[in-house]
Amino acid sequence: MPYIPHTQTDTADMLKTIGVNAIEDLFSAVPDSIFLKNDFKLPPGLSEQDVKRVVTTMANKNKTYQASFLGGGMYHHHIPAQVHHLAMRSEFYTAYTPYQPEISQGILQSIFEYQTMMTRLTALDATNASMYDGATATAEAAFMLADITQKNIILVASNVNPQYRAVLQTYCIAKGLTLQTVPFDQASGRVDINQLEVLLTDAVAGLFIQSPNFFGVVEDVKYLSGKLHAKNKLIGQIITEALSLGILTPPGDNGVDLAVGEGQSFGLPVSAGGPGFGFLATTQKYLRKLPGRIVGQTEDNQGRRAYVLTLQAREQHIRREKASSNICSNQALCALHSVIYLASLGKKLRELALLNHQHSLYFQKALIAKKWPRTFSAPFFNEFVVKTSNNAAVIQKLAEHNIAAGIDLGRLYPELKDHLLICVTELISQDDMENYENNI
Amino acid sequence: MIWKTMKTIFEKTVPGRSAVQLPSLIANDIEIENSQQRGELNLPEVSELDIVRHYTALSKRAFGVDDGFYPLGSCTMKYNPKINEDMSGLSGFSNAHPWDQTKNIQGVLEVIYRTQEYLKEVTGFTGVTLQPTAGAHGELTAVMMMQAYYRSHGDAKRNVILIPDSAHGTNPATANMCGFKTVTVPSDKDGYVDLAKLDEALNDSVVGLMLTIPNTVGLFDKNILDIAKKLHDNGSLLYMDGANLNAILGLVKPADMGVDLMHINLHKTFSTPHGGGGPGGGFVGCVSALTPYLPADQVMKNGADYQLTADTANSIGRVRSFYSNFGVIVRALTYMLRLGKTGTERVGRYAVLNANYVKARLHEHFDVPFQAHCMHEVVFNDTKQQAYHVTTMDIAKRLLDFGYHPPTIYFPLIVPGALMIEPTETESKETLDEFCDVMINIAKEAQENPSLLQSAPQLTPVGRVDSVKAARQPIIKYGA
Repeated sequence: MPYIPHTQTDTADMLKTIGVNAIEDLFSAVPDSIFLKNDFKLPPGLSEQDVKRVVTTMANKNKTYQASFLGGGMYHHHIPAQVHHLAMRSEFYTAYTPYQPEISQGILQSIFEYQTMMTRLTALDATNASMYDGATATAEAAFMLADITQKNIILVASNVNPQYRAVLQTYCIAKGLTLQTVPFDQASGRVDINQLEVLLTDAVAGLFIQSPNFFGVVEDVKYLSGKLHAKNKLIGQIITEALSLGILTPPGDNGVDLAVGEGQSFGLPVSAGGPGFGFLATTQKYLRKLPGRIVGQTEDNQGRRAYVLTLQAREQHIRREKASSNICSNQALCALHSVIYLASLGKKLRELALLNHQHSLYFQKALIAKKWPRTFSAPFFNEFVVKTSNNAAVIQKLAEHNIAAGIDLGRLYPELKDHLLICVTELISQDDMENYENNI
Repeated sequence: MIWKTMKTIFEKTVPGRSAVQLPSLIANDIEIENSQQRGELNLPEVSELDIVRHYTALSKRAFGVDDGFYPLGSCTMKYNPKINEDMSGLSGFSNAHPWDQTKNIQGVLEVIYRTQEYLKEVTGFTGVTLQPTAGAHGELTAVMMMQAYYRSHGDAKRNVILIPDSAHGTNPATANMCGFKTVTVPSDKDGYVDLAKLDEALNDSVVGLMLTIPNTVGLFDKNILDIAKKLHDNGSLLYMDGANLNAILGLVKPADMGVDLMHINLHKTFSTPHGGGGPGGGFVGCVSALTPYLPADQVMKNGADYQLTADTANSIGRVRSFYSNFGVIVRALTYMLRLGKTGTERVGRYAVLNANYVKARLHEHFDVPFQAHCMHEVVFNDTKQQAYHVTTMDIAKRLLDFGYHPPTIYFPLIVPGALMIEPTETESKETLDEFCDVMINIAKEAQENPSLLQSAPQLTPVGRVDSVKAARQPIIKYGA
């Protein structure tokens, strides 16, 4: 039987030691009326080779592309070979949360390195050990904002990833917070400053913007931070394309209070949307308001450097209903992928980020010749919006040439019918761009 | 083995060194202004081999199920089959983009759908979602659904969640995230929910009870049907924390117990690896009265096609971005397909057999606070060892020297000095015997040479770690 090693003799010997006749006797506490009440209508178990065939058949039903221009919160990037090989050492992936620090220093140190890298990338003081995904990290950050300010309106820009806004909405409804949406400026693609002014009422805790935003456009984060702080409100910056941290002014240097986002770009495949990991960084002032695991440096009983889960007085297993969140896991293995990725890229992360920008700008300009005008005037990072002749036809035709054309924005923003969100990363070659151009 | 103190990757930096080569530039124009560009990027400069050696060395300072017996109670550290990893890594899955049209990712939707169908069958529920990312996330999803249910039934005044004193800390923390008050229901002397106290706590403000089944002292609450009836008679819901589902998988369907909704941890019962703390996979199942409130974007089958349900008016909305921790679901489905009917029906049986075997072998050496047959885990305490000034912590640390991951300690809170052992069904009799022999030897050492335990561990990469110092002066990153 797969994965259960007991022989008949083992079972008989064990039952004898326990002092019962049959395994079922151990379930005497379960009422008869519900014990083995129904047959389980399940198919027979399969051998490993049969399972492999069945699951591979399912995998092959997904369309594969020569080139994918899809982004929008999940990005196709090259992953150096060592990332997966090292992260998938089974000492790492078959371990539990590092509760026993003496035999978990490897995982604890990798998280400590992760925290160091994320604070450096965001130019903020403190981060936790990672969260489920960018959207839930944003929702947890919204709870922090409300808790810190003791106000109950959260503002979110409409050019924030629609998936993130949907999750924010769910969490806010449950908690009894009000979520209000700030429109974007139709010309620049950035947050509409005039509309923001109107919405900045006394009951507002703070604002979440995304930069680069869902349209790929870089917001004027410094200006927005100043605006919010002038009214004693907080600002959170969402970053769904973590690679942008390689080139853009980091959130901390722009005065942002909370930086949240998705780290999938750092060494993880898109995998239909997960697993990636969420990050959440803030200033020293709010360190003890952070949800989730945090690793700290300390010493062992011989004065040697060691690491341990720390500041646990914030957490559910100690504080129960008074905890900062119910979260009790992180995405440790995904964070480990990111640490190895970032160690591999090192200072070249900037060069890679710049290359993504340069190549996407190059492609956007090439599309002007195809009479696909750029929609938003403000600078973008590695994604941009264009107006096409007919999205459905374009997407269909390019798919026939094994090219994923981009995201149909009309599905998400009715005012952007026949607008396409196109992402260009280092995985797109000049040939891929030419193929795209030649088939529209 | 002599363990050297590890440098951090930052201390291995040599300016100018690099592990990657980027593709050639095809264009030079930049439109991001200098004022929008960052200054120095302070990341390590190391070679590929530096990285390989560094993280391999770190892996040797970690301990997984593959390294040895891992009886961490309530965590179900069963074997993580290798085929699961291979299937999850298939490029057809890993390159599937969540914004692609559903017709182009039918394989993704089929995996989700088939996993949902399997879980419906083993739980007995009609409504399911695989969107939650972890157990606590499943709890949150379920409590949001309970909230939405009462709000839409015009009964929004219900604002209290009942929680047994043996519950995981996530239960009260989850209730609080939804703005609910919590009331604790005590356990009786046998470890079950105190029915009289439950009666006292029930009134028209009660949303529901969050009950872990089997409970955290490893017992199946024999009064489960009464408990469910009391809740329902009060117009309240029974939520099952499914962290311990492994004990009853293939034996009892939660829906038959009167449970209205529950969460399952795919990374416990369904063998997906814990990854040092994640990624996990959640699941919420519910009875038909609660299905309208499930998270948006459910996967359904229409003829031969897999589709997403439209966002319904009563849905709580999304609880995470995109589909789920999809890679985790592929692993769980691979396991389910391997087990099939016969395999599934054996999981609970052998998990419970193993735990009772450990209990039978150790009960003379360690105090057992509750006498009934245990389920998938057995809880001991350090009462017998206290006479020698040896604590549960000392026992746990001594186990490290023998190459074992210790049991869960000091939980549940209602058992002082608890040692909670969950062997899981994937461990052999020989492994359990060796472990029990070591535990018996440790009990003997506690009498004869307690300092051996009090000074343990000796053989690990570091000795006992000072967590008080870590919290008092938090250092949560390297360097300035």
